[in-house]
Amino acid sequence: MNDLELVDRLLEGDERAFTDLVTRYHGTLVRVARYYVRTPASAEDVAQETWLAVLRSLSSFEQRSSFKTWLLRILVNRARSSGTREFRTVPVDPTSGSAVAASRFDEGGFWCEPPVPFTDSVDDRLVNEPLVHLVREAIAQLPEPQQAVITLRDVEGLSTSEVADLLELSDANVRVILHRARSRVRADVEARREGRSV
Amino acid sequence: MKIRSHPVVCREAIELMSDYLDGSLSRRDTRRLEEHLAICPPCRTYLAQMRLVISVSGSVSPDDLSPEALDDLVEVFRRYRDEPESS
Repeated sequence: MNDLELVDRLLEGDERAFTDLVTRYHGTLVRVARYYVRTPASAEDVAQETWLAVLRSLSSFEQRSSFKTWLLRILVNRARSSGTREFRTVPVDPTSGSAVAASRFDEGGFWCEPPVPFTDSVDDRLVNEPLVHLVREAIAQLPEPQQAVITLRDVEGLSTSEVADLLELSDANVRVILHRARSRVRADVEARREGRSV
Repeated sequence: MKIRSHPVVCREAIELMSDYLDGSLSRRDTRRLEEHLAICPPCRTYLAQMRLVISVSGSVSPDDLSPEALDDLVEVFRRYRDEPESS
């Protein structure tokens, strides 16, 4: 059932529709909330407050945006206005944080320790559970700004400009943070597959 | 006279790939990267890995919701549902 069908059912007071939406989005809300607040417990609180705000204002949701975008906007507004917030400024230095250890390149900048193909990368990614698990674990290890950006962009499928708008970052900063996040996830998956510590 | 841009080496190529996969790389850098990819199998492997990681991320559900957290939220829902409609 898609989001709008669940929203219609929720408007009729259907508890199951509520739990379905919560199951679908609560993790994302907590992860994005962590971008703004100091502790995991505060992020849980903000996410829970968001669901109550959703229930109270659902009848005014006009479907001009997707439910997902509307929900995330409520979350961000609450996180920003939360008493616990530590509004972050994200310093982005495009020159720092290389995607791959420098030792894997020779002096000329060419691979001396090249990547090995993810050999069991099957075409149907939906059944490639081990890889899904590795990626989920890798995302969970990222610093909060990278987690928020990769969750919104790659997990939830928002556009770069939607992510920038929500998090009040420039498009360029989103792209830099996203690049770092994806690079770290790739490196983490590579290391775990090879049984190395990251 | 047209100034020819320097060719990309692997260390630089990998820094361009995220933007490349999003279609947000400049035309000039796209051309430089594609010229490099045409002659560099390891960087093609790296690109395939990045593409796969991005693709798989779309299948990841963020975190499994703990039963306790779900119970708390169901409680929020029931309290809301049972509130008198005063507003």
